[in-house]
Amino acid sequence: MMFWVIQTLNGISFGMLLFLLASGLSLIYGLMKILNLTHGSFYLLGGYIGLAVVHLTGSLLLAVLVGSLSIALLGALMERFLLRRFHLQELPQTLLTFGFLFIFSDLAIVIWGGNPQTMPKPAMFSESVQFGAFFYPSYRLFIIGFGFAIAGLLWWMQEGTRVGAMLRAGVDDEETARALGINVSLLFTMVFALGAFLAALGGVMGGPIMGVYPGADFEVMLLGFVVVIIGGLGSLKGALAGGLIVGLLDNFGKVFFPEFALFTIFAPMALILAVRPAGLFGRE
Amino acid sequence: MTNLLPHMSGRKFAVIALIGTAVLLALPYFLPPYYLGLVIKMMIFALFAMSLDLLLGYTGMASLGHAAYFGMAAYVTGLLALKLGWSVWLTLPAGILMAALTALLLGLLALRTRGSYFLMITLALSQVVWGIAFGWRSLTGGDDGLPEVPRPNLPLPWSMADSTPFYYFVLFFVVVGTLLLVRIVSSPFGCALRGIRESETRMLALGYNVWRYKLAVFVLAAAFAGLAGCLYVFNNRFVSPDYIHVARSAEVLLMVILGGAGTLIGPALGAAAIVLLENIISTYTERWLMILGFVYVLVALFTPNGLTGLIESLRKRRSGP
Repeated sequence: MMFWVIQTLNGISFGMLLFLLASGLSLIYGLMKILNLTHGSFYLLGGYIGLAVVHLTGSLLLAVLVGSLSIALLGALMERFLLRRFHLQELPQTLLTFGFLFIFSDLAIVIWGGNPQTMPKPAMFSESVQFGAFFYPSYRLFIIGFGFAIAGLLWWMQEGTRVGAMLRAGVDDEETARALGINVSLLFTMVFALGAFLAALGGVMGGPIMGVYPGADFEVMLLGFVVVIIGGLGSLKGALAGGLIVGLLDNFGKVFFPEFALFTIFAPMALILAVRPAGLFGRE
Repeated sequence: MTNLLPHMSGRKFAVIALIGTAVLLALPYFLPPYYLGLVIKMMIFALFAMSLDLLLGYTGMASLGHAAYFGMAAYVTGLLALKLGWSVWLTLPAGILMAALTALLLGLLALRTRGSYFLMITLALSQVVWGIAFGWRSLTGGDDGLPEVPRPNLPLPWSMADSTPFYYFVLFFVVVGTLLLVRIVSSPFGCALRGIRESETRMLALGYNVWRYKLAVFVLAAAFAGLAGCLYVFNNRFVSPDYIHVARSAEVLLMVILGGAGTLIGPALGAAAIVLLENIISTYTERWLMILGFVYVLVALFTPNGLTGLIESLRKRRSGP
């Protein structure tokens, strides 16, 4: 029983990090139809910058802020000056975002070296909490709560604010939205920056439990795609559900079938593709 | 035949092809073994890139998982040669067949989508194959890969362990593969593919079963990628999950676009250029990945139609309106 609870919580906390990553991926695709292969780099660079800030100032809060905001700026610049030229041209977009994946990946090795590093946990969450007979790291519980809070915030932004209404209009019919006077170009830059922000946030927040290491960019990018394929592209609900599903599948897969850990994620993905090509919450 | 290079007559093409073949046949007499090895790699990747061009350039389907078939064939051929000691006349067809069957299975899932979604699905599905190669340690050796795959043993007086005989072995299969590809793209089937690229709905209206054509070309392209993968495992005498990695799928996509999708000669030249560039740059710096990243960005920004497209537009500008 204890085993199941602990493993489930581990899966959910990892799923929350995947949600942070996939929600941005999904928003970007939903609005701009861009397959952003640099998304994993945003996660990794966010982690490294956060780490550098911790080493400099000792403040984790500052690490989260600087890490995610600087990557948001990077994302905004990429969209504004490069990706915008290739609106709806998937091949140049793919080459561009894949090229930046390589550039950032190698740059991170040049700056931070090839060894895996770990982010310290905030002092407040460095202990385990006790529930009756069992102990659980409080940081992971914090991530779960934080993930749900971000999900709620994003949902409110999308459904309850003016910007969210513009965003939904842009997703539904870009041309009409433009004709109605919505500044869709600005919206594109903002959404791309928001996606980069969320990915970097995942990178900093995940630092204490996942570590920050070369190659994480490729790993999380691929998992992020599986999440949006399962959940459905362009859907926030899908990113949350997909994140939790993949987080749990990954965790239990590693526990029960270590040789085929990846397969426990990919087999359900293939199944969903066969039955519901648009994903669980995607629109046909 | 004219679509190998735009605005090239059949006779002109035949002359160029003859000269090219003659040069390739004579190369071992000029080049030291090291450079011969480089040319072998160029030829293998040229075949691989041309196979993807069948999808991307001729049918308009951009796959970001083409290395799955390259790697699948490489593993099957390598395993059969290494563990069972089968002859190349069995391992090569087995590898190609497995690549085609994998494509048939994955194509059924991927072909329900198009555009950037197709890119993502093919990427994700290729990861399934990568996951098997990476995870199934007892069979594939996991990320250590399979070392010491033997070169083919042919009933010939020359050993394939030497670079010159092996060069001719690879050249033979690359030439056969290229001729088959030329035959395919200039056949009625190839015309139908170009029709699908231009307008799927029009082809549907004309009564073509578009879906079946797409599945057929997906499987065919995988088979040619498989042939390239088989040759590559014999060349390296080694196979690892890197053969299937998304980085390789993206690299072959880059080769096709750099050379110019929709011509066969373009992707072949694009492949040769990237292989050569990697070889030169790697000797000077460890930062090959970063430079390759910039190559991706530069190709996206400046040669969206590839080198053949660039030549074409220069020629148009020179001859004037």
